Amino acid sequence: MSQPTSHVPRSERQAERAARAEPERSRTSWPSEARVGAGPWRRAVRRLARNRAALAGALLLVAIALACFVLPGLLALDPSRTAPELHHQPPSAAHPLGTDALGRDLLARVLVGGRTSLLVGLAAALASASIGVVWGGVAGYVGGAVDEALMRIVDFLYGLPYMFLVILVMLLFSDTARGRALPVFVALGLVQWLGMARIVRGEVLALRGRDFVLAARALGASDARILFRHVLPNCLGPIVVVATLGVPSVIILESYLSFLGLGVELSWGQLVAEGVAVVNPIASPWWLLVFPSAFLAATLLALNFLGDGLRDALDPRSG
Amino acid sequence: MTEIALLIGALVAIAGIAWLPLRATRWLGAGGIGLVSLAAARHAVGDAAALALGATLAVLAGRFAPPRVLRRVAFLVPSFVLLVAVTTALMYMAPGSPFTQERAIAPSVEAALRARYGVPASPLGFFRIYAERLIVAGDLGPALKVQGRSVGELLAPALPVSLALGTSALLLAVGLGVGLGVRAGLRPGSLSDHVSMGLALLGLSLPSFVIGAALAIVFALRLGWLPVAGWSGVGSAVLPAVTLALPYAAVIARLARSGTIEAMQQDFVRTARAKGLPERLVVWRHAVRTALLPVVSYLGPAAAGILTGSFVVETLFGVPGMGQWFVKGAINRDYPVVLGTALFYFGLVTLFNLAVDLAYAWLDPRTEAEA
Repeated sequence: MSQPTSHVPRSERQAERAARAEPERSRTSWPSEARVGAGPWRRAVRRLARNRAALAGALLLVAIALACFVLPGLLALDPSRTAPELHHQPPSAAHPLGTDALGRDLLARVLVGGRTSLLVGLAAALASASIGVVWGGVAGYVGGAVDEALMRIVDFLYGLPYMFLVILVMLLFSDTARGRALPVFVALGLVQWLGMARIVRGEVLALRGRDFVLAARALGASDARILFRHVLPNCLGPIVVVATLGVPSVIILESYLSFLGLGVELSWGQLVAEGVAVVNPIASPWWLLVFPSAFLAATLLALNFLGDGLRDALDPRSG
Repeated sequence: MTEIALLIGALVAIAGIAWLPLRATRWLGAGGIGLVSLAAARHAVGDAAALALGATLAVLAGRFAPPRVLRRVAFLVPSFVLLVAVTTALMYMAPGSPFTQERAIAPSVEAALRARYGVPASPLGFFRIYAERLIVAGDLGPALKVQGRSVGELLAPALPVSLALGTSALLLAVGLGVGLGVRAGLRPGSLSDHVSMGLALLGLSLPSFVIGAALAIVFALRLGWLPVAGWSGVGSAVLPAVTLALPYAAVIARLARSGTIEAMQQDFVRTARAKGLPERLVVWRHAVRTALLPVVSYLGPAAAGILTGSFVVETLFGVPGMGQWFVKGAINRDYPVVLGTALFYFGLVTLFNLAVDLAYAWLDPRTEAEA
């Protein structure tokens, strides 16, 4: 799905692994590793804290988010104030990252653009995660023909180049909300849930026959209660990992859309696309390409580090 | 309302196939292969020969193809219908029409244009005309915004370009990814492991057009080794193919690495070593075959992704391929151009997934029994 994410085919391996009867992951504690009373989540947090790359990623992410949401207000930066006499100024004390063709301050544009990129990434990843969890959960839990039918629809959408669907959905909004975040968010959310649905289905399929599910059923719990209270919480590890790794892929997708002229106004993707457009061999305003790309890449790297760290922490069996 | 009914119908048809027993799916899959090859070959070799070809292929497929493959084919025909229906519905729901212009045109003129080009005001009417034209005449229709050309004429020169670009990118991604990933997976924690995984993570963290622009600046503008843009000869294909391949090479490297680590701990590797096989054979004949299963199942999504990436890369390097036509068609509301490219992309991805299924059945005989 999307910008390539490595979790896609893992669903099968994970399901296989989970199917080899192992002690239930999050309700039993392994005495060899943890102190008495340390829950699985606390153990995961401890493992995460020991992972320096993931920790650095998390810190970097917090720093970037703070900078994007707080700094422009503090420094009274205005991303849209034009100053024709400042056309393509290289970085200086007054404009640390330089200015663009209209003399707008690049630092202000990068920080304010970061808000859009982070919000679109977060919102689309959250929305698609919820669709994917419900869809995959129902498919895996009910099983049989319902499962087949639901997953065939996922397969069909999976077979489409996702950008194709995204562009078509974007067209729907082309008059009313061009350049706004909403259409991008809807379109990206629509294609992002497929990977999540597959992985959750695999997990649920493996958990469905476990003793604690039978016990819950014996106690008279309804199917919905079993699925949402007993089965899905046990899949939380993979869900968190996939959702975290979904954010960078949404941000990259948005940048593709911006590059094609269909994205959100003033986002990192759009700034990078503008930077690519102005680079030429004679007089290249390199800062227009380098700084937005650096912010984008740093954020995505941080998210990827964090996602990998979460995977190692929450799912210790995976390599 | 009718179009919504149509969509639901196609969805139900797709879901309904899931309910069929294995034997029926087998028949349906064989029939699907026959039908599709009949439709595809009719206009090239004539009715009788195409009928014979379709029947032969259907019988052969019904007897010999793995169930997993037939199952996928059974979904093929309703999937194509669904694709055309969904795309048509979305395009009609989008504001604007192919005949919207700066100056308003008289309703009578618009009606005449719509009749001339086979684009009635209702999506259902368009769907009927389009499907009929496609099946009966094998014609993708006229391009609405490029005067006097048919969609077939527009896309025919773009097809080999896109295929060449996509194939070379995919090969490059697989070669690079598997090579680096297996190497890293054989020595987890080593320097080369850290370097290649760091590079892979970086490749995942930059949009491909930034990587492409950087490559173009270095190799085309500074060093002057390769052309910056265009499509003439092998040299001009290098930068677009590499740009397209790198993010996927990164994912494949990560998959191959974890697959290799896992495979090297398996019992059969210990057995192979115990019976005295040289390490080279242990790795490449025994371990890699298992280690690459996740890579193989990623190839389907990777192919779809590479095709999608080609929208961006073709624009960046000015490559005259299919992706450009799709983007142009979508922005211009050129319905037949959009549908033509959509059918092409979907067909290609489907073909590719079939090949992946065959490869999977060969690599991992267990999947055969489950399907």
